[in-house]
Amino acid sequence: MKIIVLVKEVPDTYGERKLDLETGLADRAASEAVLDEISERALEVALSYADKADGTEVVVLSMAPESAAATIRKGLAMGAASAVHVADPGLAGADLGLTARTLAAAIRRTGFDLVITGNLSTDGSGGVLPAMLAELLEVPNLTALSSVEITTDSVSGTRSADDGNMRVSAALPAVISINEALPDARFPNFKGIMAAKKKPFETLSASDLGIEPGDASAPASIMTAIAEKPPRTAGVKITDEGDGGTKIAEYLIENRLV
Amino acid sequence: MTDYPADSILVLLETTSTGELAKSTAGLLGAAAQVGTPVALVVTGSGEAQALAEHAAAAGAERVLVVESDSTTAQLTVPLVDALVAAAGAVAPDAVLISNSIEGRDVAGRFAARTNAPIAVDVVGVSRDEEGVVAHHSVYGGAYNVDSAATFGPLVATVRQGAVEARAEARPVAVETLEVPASGAASATIESFEAVTEASSRPELRGATRVVSGGRGLGSAEKFVLVEELADALGAAVGASRAAVDAGYIPATHQVGQTGVSVSPQLYIALGISGAIQHRAGMQTAKNIIAVNKDPDAPIFEVADFGVVGDVFTIVPQLISALSERRR
Repeated sequence: MKIIVLVKEVPDTYGERKLDLETGLADRAASEAVLDEISERALEVALSYADKADGTEVVVLSMAPESAAATIRKGLAMGAASAVHVADPGLAGADLGLTARTLAAAIRRTGFDLVITGNLSTDGSGGVLPAMLAELLEVPNLTALSSVEITTDSVSGTRSADDGNMRVSAALPAVISINEALPDARFPNFKGIMAAKKKPFETLSASDLGIEPGDASAPASIMTAIAEKPPRTAGVKITDEGDGGTKIAEYLIENRLV
Repeated sequence: MTDYPADSILVLLETTSTGELAKSTAGLLGAAAQVGTPVALVVTGSGEAQALAEHAAAAGAERVLVVESDSTTAQLTVPLVDALVAAAGAVAPDAVLISNSIEGRDVAGRFAARTNAPIAVDVVGVSRDEEGVVAHHSVYGGAYNVDSAATFGPLVATVRQGAVEARAEARPVAVETLEVPASGAASATIESFEAVTEASSRPELRGATRVVSGGRGLGSAEKFVLVEELADALGAAVGASRAAVDAGYIPATHQVGQTGVSVSPQLYIALGISGAIQHRAGMQTAKNIIAVNKDPDAPIFEVADFGVVGDVFTIVPQLISALSERRR
């Protein structure tokens, strides 16, 4: 069984995040880069299955600038057997279509029984990539899973859908995405960090995958404008002197909010 | 009838587990009407199409394409994608609008990949310029406004629920049945479905015009009831910080923030929430923010229009009684 886990380097949500107003690209220098927490949970799903099932190979895959290699390596330190890093300056600012085509090509090249992703990244919050990959890879998608059961030839789980929970299942190969209800990821220990240095780490360019990033014959989504919103400013702050609740009620009435 | 307006906007309407049109309907058709002629697609169980088509027309659909099929309750995503592909083939729309829900995102992703169409996600509004449909996004928790557009061809956009306030005018009902060839694409099987029945008449968090949220400062699940009492007094939805969810005060479906639900209500009241940037990312586009916290340095006060430093357990009951006073 070969499980590919998609991991993503994102700006730390707990710090300030910036977009470059000239290029529209993420300003990677402005904030600390971390492995997205939901990527770590996705990896944990794969690793906990691999712990129980002999012969399971877990590969982490990411499309990211070269600078993200250290972040991807954390996946190896946590326990993945190898990493595939698609790094190509031509892919900077890739839209979702190009991203999906590139990742799908990398997944096919690596070979897979199961692809695991997070349901939404904390930076883009797009949430469409798992389904796009499933379509391009011609396999079922099982998204937003809050529990996952993997067997040698199938995957099933509980999907937290919009107005209820559904039980879903599919034969492998398949693409799944998981949500935050899945357990926290393990921490890489010292042994894992040392071992990670010797694990296979493959870096691929777009052309290695037969992808032409600048191909204008395919329609693309492009950013046409960007503006920073003025930060929200603090209004009135009072200290409760026994009439705080009444003051709020007055504020609501004055502003026609009740 | 095969003549569709040149400026058609194809809108995939969502149905609920009880077979009605979802709450996202009015906003999707409202957005479509701002940039073209709304043509709705409704996929529903057999015998239900007419009622849903009437609802769609009342919400502004110029034309309603219906697909009667029971496959959507047995197979995940793919039947809806097949229907959308057939509809887009018939209508040749300038854009395809889909709700940015869990199911909507899956359908949009597969549809865009299959038709090689550019996709814009989590759109908060649409407009049209001389070159076509432009999607508006609010990113990094509302810190930036970004516009996007297709280089050519129709744009697929997932529309954030509750973000579009525009509403379309009711139209006369014009229904057509659409034949959908099955693609045979591999899909997951839906084995069972269990509707989440929260015994509550409170508004849903997503898309709510008023939200009252509680955080760690409430101290326990028992005391979190105070948040619900104020919400009920205001007819508001109940939200929570991740800290409150992690502490088990309330289920995760109520989590507001970066990794929970993003809300943009008219009124947001934060009780005992410190206001970590992760939480603020999901609520700072609210029109009015009120915060109560005992810590005067809590970051929530940086974004609050009106903040009260003090004890939620004395302030909120006073507020509730002041509100009920007024109602008398």
